[in-house]
Order: sequence, then C-alpha cells, then structure tokens
Amino acid sequence: MRPLGLPGSAASRLLPVVLALGVALLLLKLAGAPPLEAMRLLVEGSVGSSAKVSDTLAAWVPLALVSAGLVITFAAGLWNIGVEGQIVAGAIAATWVAREVPGPAPLLVALTLVAGVVGGALWALLAGVLRTRGRVNEIFGGLGLDFVASGLAIFLIIGPWKRKGIASTSGTELFRPETWLPTVGPSRLPALAIGLAVAAVILVFLLMRGTLFGLRLKAVGRNARSAHLMGIPTERYTLSAFALCGALAGLAGTIQATGVFHKLVPAVSGGYGFLGILVVLLAGFRASWIAPIALFFAAIAVGSTQLSLRLDLDSSLAGVLQGVLVLFVILAGGWRVRRSRARAGSAPQEEA
Amino acid sequence: MEATLASIVAAASPLVYAAIGETIAEKAGVVNLSLEGSIMLSAMTGFAVAFVTGSVLMGFLAAAAVGMLIAAVVAVASIELRLNQIAVGFVLTLLAIELSSFLGDPYVGQPGQQVSALAIPVLSGLPVLGKVLFDHNLSVYGSYLAVLASYLFIFRTRRGLELQGVGERPEAAFARGIPVNRLRYVYTMVGGALAGIAGAAFSLDQKLGWSEGRTSNFGWIALAIVIFGGWHPSRVAFGAYLFGLLQTAALKLQPVFPGLSQILPLLPFVLMIFALVLVYMRVFRDLADRHPLLRGLLSADPPSALGTSFHRE
Repeated sequence: MRPLGLPGSAASRLLPVVLALGVALLLLKLAGAPPLEAMRLLVEGSVGSSAKVSDTLAAWVPLALVSAGLVITFAAGLWNIGVEGQIVAGAIAATWVAREVPGPAPLLVALTLVAGVVGGALWALLAGVLRTRGRVNEIFGGLGLDFVASGLAIFLIIGPWKRKGIASTSGTELFRPETWLPTVGPSRLPALAIGLAVAAVILVFLLMRGTLFGLRLKAVGRNARSAHLMGIPTERYTLSAFALCGALAGLAGTIQATGVFHKLVPAVSGGYGFLGILVVLLAGFRASWIAPIALFFAAIAVGSTQLSLRLDLDSSLAGVLQGVLVLFVILAGGWRVRRSRARAGSAPQEEA
Repeated sequence: MEATLASIVAAASPLVYAAIGETIAEKAGVVNLSLEGSIMLSAMTGFAVAFVTGSVLMGFLAAAAVGMLIAAVVAVASIELRLNQIAVGFVLTLLAIELSSFLGDPYVGQPGQQVSALAIPVLSGLPVLGKVLFDHNLSVYGSYLAVLASYLFIFRTRRGLELQGVGERPEAAFARGIPVNRLRYVYTMVGGALAGIAGAAFSLDQKLGWSEGRTSNFGWIALAIVIFGGWHPSRVAFGAYLFGLLQTAALKLQPVFPGLSQILPLLPFVLMIFALVLVYMRVFRDLADRHPLLRGLLSADPPSALGTSFHRE
C-alpha cells in the first residue's frame, strides 16, 4: 500500500486536522447547537470522570485489536472488508462456549477467548481461500461473508439461542457470570481486555518491523508476482495475513460479547471493523500509530453520546468528525506528494 | 403474476440507476466505491429537499447533485492526487453514511413527498407487458431510459467508443487526441449523479421516507451487480432485476416462515454476493471459456485501466 495518512513531519500536516474540526463546528452550527459547548461536552463525556475513562478504554480495546489486525492484511495488499463478519464470527464462537461449556471462571474466560480467536481466524480464512483459490476479490467475498455472519448471528439469537419464551433481536440470555471478562474497580475498568489489546498492538508492531515474516508479507503486498518469483509462497502468506487479522477481530468480538454486553447481540461488532479501516488509513498503515489514533477515535465515539443526551443531537457527529478527518488527511497527503512531484520536475512514475 | 412482475421491476429501479451509473464511471476507468454512502446521503437529501420545497423534482435534482459532488471528490482524488480509489471511496462511504444520520435526524419518520403514478397512455394497455412495464411512474421509466441510453451511448456512438478507450487503453486514447482525464471527470460525475438519483428513487418512491440506514447495503449490492453484469448495461440491468426478484421472493416467503422473518430480508444480499462469487470462481471461468455461448453470457473482464491513474509524462 502506498503511504497515506498522518505520519510525517511539518506543521502543514496539522492543516487537515484543523479543517476537520472546522467542518465539525460548522455542522454543529447548522444543527443549531452551541459549538463550543458541544466540544466541551465531547471532552467531558470521554475523559471527564474515571467511569468515562473506563468507557473510552472499553471502546479502545476492540478498535485497537481490529486495527492491529488490519495492519497485517493491508501490508499483504488486502482490503479485508470482511473484518466486520470476523468480529461477529468470533463473538458467535465465544457465545457457544459461554453457553455450553461447564467449568470454573478463569478457565471459562480463557476458553471463550480461544474460541473467539479461532472463530474469527476461520471466518477470515474463508475469505482468504475464496481469494487465493477462487480468485474472488476479497472486498466482495468479505462483504458476502459479512452478510452471512450477521444473518447467522440474528438466526441464532431469534432461533436456537433465543431467550426463554420470547424470541427478540435484543439478544440472547445473559451469560453466566463465570464467563464474564473480569473488570477492575467500581468504574469497571476492563484491565484484562486492555492488556490483551496492548499486547496485540505491540506484537503486530514487532511482527511488521523486525521479522522475516513481516518483511516477506510486505513483499507480497507490494508485488505478489515478484515475491512469488523470489520464492515466497504467496498463497500461504496471504492466508496467514487473513487468519491473523481474523484472529484479532475474533478476539475483539469475544471481548464485546463477554466483556461489554454479556450476551450475543446482533450489533455485536459495533461497527468497529469498518472504523478500524479508517484508523489504519489515518495511521498510514503503520502499527506504531494505531494505539493513539484508536484512542482518539474511541474518545470521540464515547464522548459523542453526551451530545445526544444533553444537546439532543444525533451521536453520529463522532462518525462525521472521524470521516472528515481521515478524508482531509488523505487528500492533504496526496496534495503534498503532487507538489513535491511537480518540484522534482515531474519524473516519470507509474503506479496502480 | 403481473402484479408481482410489476413490483419486481419497480423495486429494482433504484438499483438500476446506481449500477448503470457505476458502470459508466468504471468503463472510464474510475471505481467510485462510495456508492453505499452516496446513495444513503442522497436518499436523505432528496427526501429532505422534497419535504421542504414540496417538489419531488427538486428532491431528485438535489439528490443527483449530492451524488455528483461525492463523485467529484473521488475524481479529484484519483485524477489530480493519484490516490488509491478504493481508500478514498471507502472513507467517503463511511462519512456520507454518518452525515446522512446527522443531517437527516430532523426528517426521520416524517411523511413526505412521493413520485406520483403515471401510466403511459397507449403502452400500459398492452396485454401483460403493459401492466408489468408501463403502469409505474417517471422514476421507474427513467431507469429503463438509463439502461437503454447507456447501452446505445457506450456501444453505438463515437463518444462511447472514446469512453471505452479511456478505460481500456488510456495511453492509446490520449495519443489519438482524446482528453483522458477530462472525460474521466465527466463520466465519474455522471455516474455519481445517477447514484444520487438512485437515492431519491429510494426515499421518494420505492422506500418512501427517511430513517437512519434507510438504504443499507444497496450500494454494496449495486457495486457487486456491476461486476456480475460484466460492465455491460443490459447484463447489469439483468443483475438488478434478479436482485429485485430475490427481494420480492424473500418478502413473499415471510408469511410462510414467520420464524425467519428477520433473516429473510438479508438473504437476497447473501445470494447476490454469492452469485458474484460464482462468476469470479476460477472453475466457473474456465467453464465459460470453453463454451462460446457461456462466454458471451458470462465473460466479465473489467476495463483494463480500471482503478489506475493516467498521466502523460
């Protein structure tokens, strides 16, 4: 993938950020809300108290996990749009364990996590095999599998796993407390989940930075044909990238199910898959930027719920702000490259 | 039977607009991946403008303008800035969806304008066909026009030949004096306008009204249909009607399987995508290559320069 996104230097890089903020303020004005008050609520709603910080971190965990996974598939040159389905598949696998398997609390928690990782990885491998063996473009294969996964979740929720007496899309019965992901303190800080996400981000960083696997994966992503000629088994690398991303997405889904909702709900993915793609685009496909950007996005998302509560605004303002920010940063990046190209005397340059 | 066929034709009309629009843009070499968002935001805008002005026509025009504007961003990003078209389209998709929820909030659940029925005088009297094809409204008739006009334009006119050249062999087209990038702007924006019209065709005709996520997944399906249809207007239209058929079938099955009523509406999306997967599959391709008849029906090679930027240097 060609460099896009934030990383780099110089104050000109701040311009898109400022512009994005300007657009958000303008939209607030249009919606008849006091812009500065709204911004204050956004900050207060995300980091204003220890409970809010906990919420923000709880939103950061799945976003960071998914984004870390997507760094791997992007490195392999893949648009893993199926990531939403992989989150759901992980949550479904974890739900099965949480409902069916007996055992003591620590073991059960570990089992749900393992099940989620396996479920997500297998679901991702489906998209991978469709691509490598069936030549199905991963965007559409993934999209199809997204539809199937959410259909499957709804089917399970209103069918075999329905609550006693009523079949409703509000979710399954609550899991047994032994299977809940443990939290710390009265503000319910999801310490274990945070630990897992931090570990995942660091591992992906190291994988991409200092291993032969990472290097070869990038070679496959840059030019699969020459990688193949160099003797790299491209199919195995493509499938590995899918499996690793799916594993992290499945872990995110598990944490959503066992740590946040304590049941399986149709919207278990929370849109974190697609949001993760935005995070990685903004990070310029670099693992080192994932954690801070995901934290920022999580803060906006959590803070914006205050806007709907206090100012009666639609909470989608968070998504607008995130989208505008990524769009402007990408466009500004293209603009800079164009300028330096013009300065360099327009040397011939081919790109796909 | 006639009524069912008529409802399929009508239900498919927004998708026909969107998929034909995308076909035109992709024929010129530009992927506008933002369809899902373009349709959603233009559906909201079309509904809101018609609601405020009391004019359905204004709604359609505003929707087309929104679609065109988003396409213009895609065009600038891919032509001037040579950015990855998939990346820009994807970001625009998410942004437009969020914008539609934010700006559309006041219009949720409002009773609004609607395209009025208009049977075509003589044609609607035809046996069978009259009821199926000619007893709808201008929005539906326009979708026929989009298919017919795009087919004739692309394959039967000089300008259409230029359009294909721009998407297949931009260097060669440029050498023959065709302004490649200018034409790419034009056709991407025409395609965007059609995606916008698709949005209005939803909110002012086929899925009356506005609510968050009103047109969810239809944009993705439109993108899939373009590939399914092999970048050929008549086959693309066939794909859209096939999807309309699946949707109608799912609707009819709901009373039969009440337990599955929440899943049935999802099925057409799944089936359509897997129809596409089949078209992609290598086994299937090989089969099509061996049989001339199948080849004509299924060959689905994208325009050679699809997704790449062109610059003379």
